[in-house]
Amino acid sequence: MTVVKEESGQDDPGDIRDGHDAYVPSQRRIEREAYKRARARRATAIAALSTLGTGALLYLIVVNAPGWPRTRETFFDWGYAREAFPQVLEGLWLNVRLLLVCGAAVLVLGMLIAIARTLPGPVFFPVRALAAAYTDFFRGLPLIITLMIVVLGVPALRLQGVTVDPVLLGGTALTLTYSAYVAEVFRAGIESVHPSQRAAARSLGLTNRQALRHVVLPQAVRRQVPPLLNDLVSLQKDTGLVSIGGAVDAVRAADIIVGRSLNYTPYIVAGLVFVALTIPMTRFTDWVTARMDRRRAQGGTP
Amino acid sequence: MSEFPEQSSVLRMESVRKTFGGTVVLRDVDLEVAPHTVTALIGASGSGKSTLLRCANLLEEIDDGAIWLDGEEITDPRADQDAVRRRIGVVFQAYNLFPHMTVLENITLAPRRVHGVARAEAEERARELLERLGLGARAGEYPDRLSGGQQQRVAIVRALAVRPRLLLLDEITAALDPELVGEVLTVVRDLKDEGMTMVLATHEMGFAREVADQVCFLDGGVVLERGTAELVFGEPRQERTRRFLRRIVNAGRL
Repeated sequence: MTVVKEESGQDDPGDIRDGHDAYVPSQRRIEREAYKRARARRATAIAALSTLGTGALLYLIVVNAPGWPRTRETFFDWGYAREAFPQVLEGLWLNVRLLLVCGAAVLVLGMLIAIARTLPGPVFFPVRALAAAYTDFFRGLPLIITLMIVVLGVPALRLQGVTVDPVLLGGTALTLTYSAYVAEVFRAGIESVHPSQRAAARSLGLTNRQALRHVVLPQAVRRQVPPLLNDLVSLQKDTGLVSIGGAVDAVRAADIIVGRSLNYTPYIVAGLVFVALTIPMTRFTDWVTARMDRRRAQGGTP
Repeated sequence: MSEFPEQSSVLRMESVRKTFGGTVVLRDVDLEVAPHTVTALIGASGSGKSTLLRCANLLEEIDDGAIWLDGEEITDPRADQDAVRRRIGVVFQAYNLFPHMTVLENITLAPRRVHGVARAEAEERARELLERLGLGARAGEYPDRLSGGQQQRVAIVRALAVRPRLLLLDEITAALDPELVGEVLTVVRDLKDEGMTMVLATHEMGFAREVADQVCFLDGGVVLERGTAELVFGEPRQERTRRFLRRIVNAGRL
């Protein structure tokens, strides 16, 4: 076999490295770039002004509302906020633990159900049917009802060796519901991988399982990171619902103080704490996805 | 109908019929591919060339007839489909490289996972093949970073990495810019010189005429005319073949 010409770097667009030759930017380029810089400065200034204006307007509307002094007292009381904060944080630790454990369980279970639904062959018919029934049922059943059935119903059975711990039972209920959601996300991902990818894998001699494991799933999971994160954030907030069994999470901790003081500030504190927990998670996934994309198409068209 | 297909042919098809929801795509197709020969399938789009190749690789199930690979009937429902595909390499029109893997990972996937070759050995062979096709520097890149011609050459290397008995090429230059077609065809020409048995569906008539030992003209799912390249291109017997070739010539593609 003859040797095809060695690739040169000629097919690297966007690789306009100045300095190879005696390149001097033309007057045209200098002017163009000066204009672009001026326009960018102007855009930033307008954005800042507009933001300030909108903020001031919102502030004035709220502060001048007839009920504002009363609202400020009941919702934004610094003293209550300081009192509530440590207890809300303590409660939040439960939410975080539940999120970590249930999140991991949901991802594993969801993936297994999604794979079960795509298994070919008549042998797996019952598996496919069961998986479909599972997602249909638990996606349809309101979470609060699942929680009540599991947290209140299971202990009522008085089964030997089955826990009555409301946190464990609540976590189980969350996992049941959310793995149904996540299974559908994974399934959509699996089905979004173009059939030609599977055809290519199969024609290399890979078995159906190997094609799924090495070719389909890696692409499916990458694509589904944003919707998965959506479900995880939702799960994080719903972990608070385990309090119906008596466990004290961040929301319940705020609830207790509100019940005692009739001041709603602790709710605001709990709400902000949840938001503060979500934002880094979102940024982290954004960063992960961006890094994956960059690795695949370094220097490609933006 | 012979019960003992000739052992000498690598691929043999007999009375193959394939329909897609009532449309007959292949009708009574016979084909015989001898070792170390190149068979070119020509014909208009939709004449059944690609389907024929997909049937040979069992990506499509045929409705009637039979296909043998090295004398073994692969259309027998009891045949191990994965084992059959292991012996056939396929290159697709749209390359179908795995976008989440580097070039090297694309090529070593099948040798490692299907054929149980050790990683170091698989990578060594992959690098050797890449080097020969002028892609040595691209082993660590992801497919999205390569030009169409480079991607298609990687796809060829991927198909060759498992040392297939038969190579199926499905319009492998159809998605390429004209100036990139040459680099891919050079590779195919070299493979022929090495004695690789190939079946290719193509619109590159000049190329088919040059490399093919056997040319089959498909029309409406039927092999209307077959023979050596000189015969089919030089003195076609069928009116339809003549019309097809005339259109090609008028379009400046022969």
